[in-house]
Amino acid sequence: MAVNTSLAHVSDTLFTTAIATYALAMIGYAGEYAFGHRGKVNATAVPQRELVGAGAPVPPPPPIEQAAPVSTSRNAAASRFGRAAVVITIVGALLHLTSIAIRGAAVDEVPWSNMYEFASVVGVIAVLAFLVGMARMPQIRYLGLFVMFPVVVIMFLAGTVLYSRASPLVPALQSYWLAIHVTAAASSEGILMTSSVLTVLYLVRRRHDALVLSGRSSRLTAAIGARLPTPATLDKVAYRLAAFAFPIYTFGIICGAIWAEAAWGRYWGWDPKETWAFIAWVVYAAYLHTRATAGLKKWAPWVNLLGFGAMTFNFFVVNIVISGLHSYAGLN
Amino acid sequence: MRTALVLLFLLAVAAVPGSLLPQRPLNPDKTRSYIASHGAWGQFLDHIGMFDVFGSVWFAAIYLLLFISLIGCLIPRIRVHARAMRAKPLAAPKHVERLPESGSFETSATPTEFADAARSALGRRWRVARRQQGQTIVLSAEKGYSRETGNLIFHIALVVALIAIAVGRLYSYEGSRVLREGSEFCNEYSQYDTSRLGRFAQDGKVSPAPFCMTLNKFSVAYSAASEPTNFAANVSYGPAENDHAHTDTIKVNHPLRLEGDRVYLITHGYSPEITIHMPDGSTRPDTADFIPTNPTTYLSEGAFQELGKGSGNDVGIEGLFAPTGVSQDGGPITANSIVTSSSPRTDNPVLAITVYTGDAGNTVHSVYSLDKTNLKSIGSANLALGQSATFAGGVSVTFNGYVQWAGLQVSHDPSQLYLLGAATAMVIGLIGSLAIRRRRLWIKIGPASLTDSRSPTVVSVGGLARSDSGNFTDEFAGWLERLRSCGPPIERAGDPVPAGKE
Repeated sequence: MAVNTSLAHVSDTLFTTAIATYALAMIGYAGEYAFGHRGKVNATAVPQRELVGAGAPVPPPPPIEQAAPVSTSRNAAASRFGRAAVVITIVGALLHLTSIAIRGAAVDEVPWSNMYEFASVVGVIAVLAFLVGMARMPQIRYLGLFVMFPVVVIMFLAGTVLYSRASPLVPALQSYWLAIHVTAAASSEGILMTSSVLTVLYLVRRRHDALVLSGRSSRLTAAIGARLPTPATLDKVAYRLAAFAFPIYTFGIICGAIWAEAAWGRYWGWDPKETWAFIAWVVYAAYLHTRATAGLKKWAPWVNLLGFGAMTFNFFVVNIVISGLHSYAGLN
Repeated sequence: MRTALVLLFLLAVAAVPGSLLPQRPLNPDKTRSYIASHGAWGQFLDHIGMFDVFGSVWFAAIYLLLFISLIGCLIPRIRVHARAMRAKPLAAPKHVERLPESGSFETSATPTEFADAARSALGRRWRVARRQQGQTIVLSAEKGYSRETGNLIFHIALVVALIAIAVGRLYSYEGSRVLREGSEFCNEYSQYDTSRLGRFAQDGKVSPAPFCMTLNKFSVAYSAASEPTNFAANVSYGPAENDHAHTDTIKVNHPLRLEGDRVYLITHGYSPEITIHMPDGSTRPDTADFIPTNPTTYLSEGAFQELGKGSGNDVGIEGLFAPTGVSQDGGPITANSIVTSSSPRTDNPVLAITVYTGDAGNTVHSVYSLDKTNLKSIGSANLALGQSATFAGGVSVTFNGYVQWAGLQVSHDPSQLYLLGAATAMVIGLIGSLAIRRRRLWIKIGPASLTDSRSPTVVSVGGLARSDSGNFTDEFAGWLERLRSCGPPIERAGDPVPAGKE
């Protein structure tokens, strides 16, 4: 039952090292983003949009790379930055996973029973989701900067304000449902976080395209928007991630209800955490419906962000400010 | 869809106050003090049901409208889908090359040979209709019907889940009961301290499962830091009073599941035992269940009351029980110390009392506090285990010991398993509706020339992604390649590479 403090200490050190490694990877991704695809700023989005769905049997390379000629040396430098960043990300993810595993060994339980541990798991899932996505679609690599940014932020918060020392599980959490319910919740939230990042990028790109079309330009959207993949690609990947995560999130809520039945005598009691899980679920359901409805599709990205907002509220505000049965923040 | 979306958003928004304002079913005390401290605004909120959002008319109206709209949408969709499942895949459009994805190639196989080979290459997942147009064979292939099936299963399961919840509500009951070690309670509505009864339980149409239960022993295991690591209530139970054939241990996360009813361990506390020497000369043993006011140290509050013979001879005692008693000033506990507790373990139990005499009155009040209107304080004392204190009028109090009590909850909801079934169907349906892709392929197989019987066969293929296009371009290229290998390529002199027109 006792916590192995020296193991817990090793886990903390690995956690900090993982954050530093991710930050280093971010520099690599930023380098790739900065050096790659120069000269793209003037390439308008309009022809690119038409390229999507052109009837070629071989998939066209992402339109972004067909645009204005890019100097090869710049491209090679960008690619070196990108490849290095991926290697560093993998190293960071391994450190991060080891940190979680050692924390688990230290408390002799699944290590995601408080906000620090939960945020750490969400972070590693988001990184893994991105790595898997990159393995299947290498062309999204240069978006690493945007995906890693929220991961580093949430891990920094986890390591500072949300941190709590490794401690044995309170009786209420001593259940195998902790492993199932929280794993499902953390996985889906990690994936939905990546989906929301891509949605923000999509909105930036869409705004940029609209400005270019109307002959105006904004330095702000042009700085980022011009180098992003086509709106269609961003929207599709964001949707696919959300569509992948939604059943997992649903499963997580149902597991929570089964656990609540065994722990509190009722499967659903509108505890604040349950209420916000319900709100986020309903909003993501609305996202899937909005995206499938012609005429409303343009609102879908905002609904996606709203859903992620509800989920973030459920994590930070409900855990810290509102008291309820799910009071395991570990911040007292 | 627009109506449904508006209702979905309304549902999400309507749930928000339910988490931000105190809710009466969850926390009646907090709700009362919130209304009291917010005056007219609090009363207004109460009037519009803001303190019982999930039981309010408007919340019910939103989800009922949502489900009506859902059912109205589902019925025609089920009909359409049932028809689509039976129908042959659609005939090919006139120009397959104008479809989003298309390609063509030539083969030396005859149209019939190629059509047979193509049919078997597509496999069982594609539903294929074969049509003949002159010398041309057209295969219409379609797959991914289970996408809509999954979608319908999800939405039907959602309706079933709502019905299961509603029916469960009608038949359910829930009661909580504080049970002291060594005491027994029988499962009747009247024996619950607090209860929440469903409509049919209120009307007496549902009677609680017949069993009686005794708490033999309640135990807590602590870590070195005096944090609880395990709670266990050892109980014996049976169908009638004093007829207990079974024993079991109820723990957090491990309720006792009896036929129909579940018994949970929710809270626990201490019940100090005292002996009171009354003003009328009699001696009364008394035990009272104290309510923990500090969840960490288990400093607990409670009251004793004994009615004496003759007017003015009642005794009331307000008590504070500290499992590990310490003086608030850090020194040793004296008669004047303010006692508090440093740990929930009973390392140094101390009972701090204030004793009253007078008329306790017959008004019904909480067992945890005194009605002091006609009582007069005669002094107070801090008692360690076994100690006594004597007060004016020959009254004395002895702190004999303590037992523990467990807060048990009995729950009954006959629809739970149906709801679990519906929830499982929801997840399965959801996976099907989001992961399966609807695809259509048309394959036109005909001779290149209608007059030359030795002319090669031309195959033109068109494809359409009916849902979630994903990487349909890649997917289609894969299918085109597979179809190309269904027939031998044309061999022409000087042109060893299979001809492919794209």
